[in-house]
Amino acid sequence: MRRLALGIGLVIVLTAPAWVWNPYHLHTLIMAGIFAVLALSLNLLLGYTGQLSLGHAAFFGIGAYATALLSVKLEWSPWLGLLAAIVLPGVAGYVIGRLALKLRGAYFVLLTISFAGCVSLVSVNWMDLTNGPLGIPGVPPVEIALPGLAAWSLRTKSAYYYLVLAAVILAYLLCLALIRSRVGRALVALRENETLAASVGIDATHYLVLAAVASAAMAGFAGGLYAHYTRFVSPEVFLFTYTVTMVIMVVAGGKGTLAGPVVGAVLFTVLPEALRELTSYQWQMLLYGVLLIAVLFFMPEGIVPGLRRRWRPS
Amino acid sequence: MTLEARDLTVRFGGVAALTGVSFAVAPGTVTSLIGPNGAGKTTAFNVITGFQRPTQGTVHHDGLAITGWRPHRIAARGLVRTFQKTSLFPGLTVRENVLTGLHLRGRVGVTAALLARGRVRDEERQLGVEADRVMDFVGLGTRRGEAAAALSYGEQRLLELAVGLAAGPRLLLLDEPASGMTASEKMAVAALIGRIREHGITVFLVEHDMRLVMGISDRVLVLNYGRLIADGDPATVQRDPEVIRAYLGAGAHAHP
Repeated sequence: MRRLALGIGLVIVLTAPAWVWNPYHLHTLIMAGIFAVLALSLNLLLGYTGQLSLGHAAFFGIGAYATALLSVKLEWSPWLGLLAAIVLPGVAGYVIGRLALKLRGAYFVLLTISFAGCVSLVSVNWMDLTNGPLGIPGVPPVEIALPGLAAWSLRTKSAYYYLVLAAVILAYLLCLALIRSRVGRALVALRENETLAASVGIDATHYLVLAAVASAAMAGFAGGLYAHYTRFVSPEVFLFTYTVTMVIMVVAGGKGTLAGPVVGAVLFTVLPEALRELTSYQWQMLLYGVLLIAVLFFMPEGIVPGLRRRWRPS
Repeated sequence: MTLEARDLTVRFGGVAALTGVSFAVAPGTVTSLIGPNGAGKTTAFNVITGFQRPTQGTVHHDGLAITGWRPHRIAARGLVRTFQKTSLFPGLTVRENVLTGLHLRGRVGVTAALLARGRVRDEERQLGVEADRVMDFVGLGTRRGEAAAALSYGEQRLLELAVGLAAGPRLLLLDEPASGMTASEKMAVAALIGRIREHGITVFLVEHDMRLVMGISDRVLVLNYGRLIADGDPATVQRDPEVIRAYLGAGAHAHP
């Protein structure tokens, strides 16, 4: 039964570009995938390690700018750019993790907000590097070059759909591998009781830094994909709204679960668009808010744990 | 001596929690630290396990100065503590709690977690076997799938012991492991402490219950107002006039 449902789900996901004929709908699905990677990354910190990063858009933005600048100004291959979109945010995550040595809870939140604020200001004001508010147009698409064949650049939406889908699966598997090991247990131990964790030999700083680096690198990769997909990067990538959206996806989907952020990302990317088509603008935002509150009211631990509890009553 | 504290002083502003306290814990013994509330017992534990830096004085373990080390490093050396207030990983099951306690027995890092799943599987299997042994040892074998927060108070205290034992201590520091327990639960804890010692683990105990302390200790240290006022075998300490004045006479039974 479960296998059948999984199989059907897989077929639907894999064939989507064939029957989602409206390009805007396909665009929405691609954005849902990019947000799924972001939500998975935020979940590593918020859901497993128990620290809320309200500056996650910064890692996303650094990733987007890194690959945009390298591939536009230095004409690097987008693949190398995407690599930089993993490494540079990872380094930023390392710095945040080290600075958070003794900062937890509200102080960690403030640290990440300030960090995002700084990076955003840099992107607006360092005109020589970033073009300021004008942004960087003409980011090249990702190319796949197979030996003996002409390079195939991913300009079509359906090609990007598969690229992003692969990224979501990769991010999911990375989180799964980390969580189902001693490393994952150490992260959860920090969330559950940091003092006890230390007294059984878990080095809080080491694991917090590790979670921050992994989370930032993953968010940066999502930013890189976004840059090559939209072909344009501007300071908008640092908008606080992005961070808030990620938090909503993780919390409403089910923080501390692997499926939760993915479900949250798809639902809360598709839902506003669906509401837009069904109703007018005023009603769209109102309904969105009401639905969000309803989800949190009826399933405060999130959609995925909530449904699990209902389907498998113990 | 496995553990040696020399001239420990801890001041919080103008208040002295410990003043020039020196003592030693011999390997293979059960040593108890007693004293009225606020005598500085938990502060002494905090200093030994790295949760509190002493204003003055040193802590040596097997001849090595560990003063000021961070708690996780001290734990890795084999000094593991439990806490006065119930301290667990509340959202996890009994088994997951113990598995988390086994952290130091594992070797898998990020690279292995991502790239060597075979090693992860082997390690998880070994740790699983070890976790089962620890849960059976403390008598929680039948509760392994239960959420820690759903256990009874007595069971939670046993689980704390299990988590501490999982960390592989050479010296186990127990901060009031039997507080708030019923008489029969206390007897079970006393028996458990005896069995822990039989496994070659040195036990250092802070406890209020006099009968428990006198029954299982080889040696008793008495703190009062941050000063060590007695140090000897249970019978001698019980007869010490200063101890009777400071502690046994005044409210020894006020704490259940």
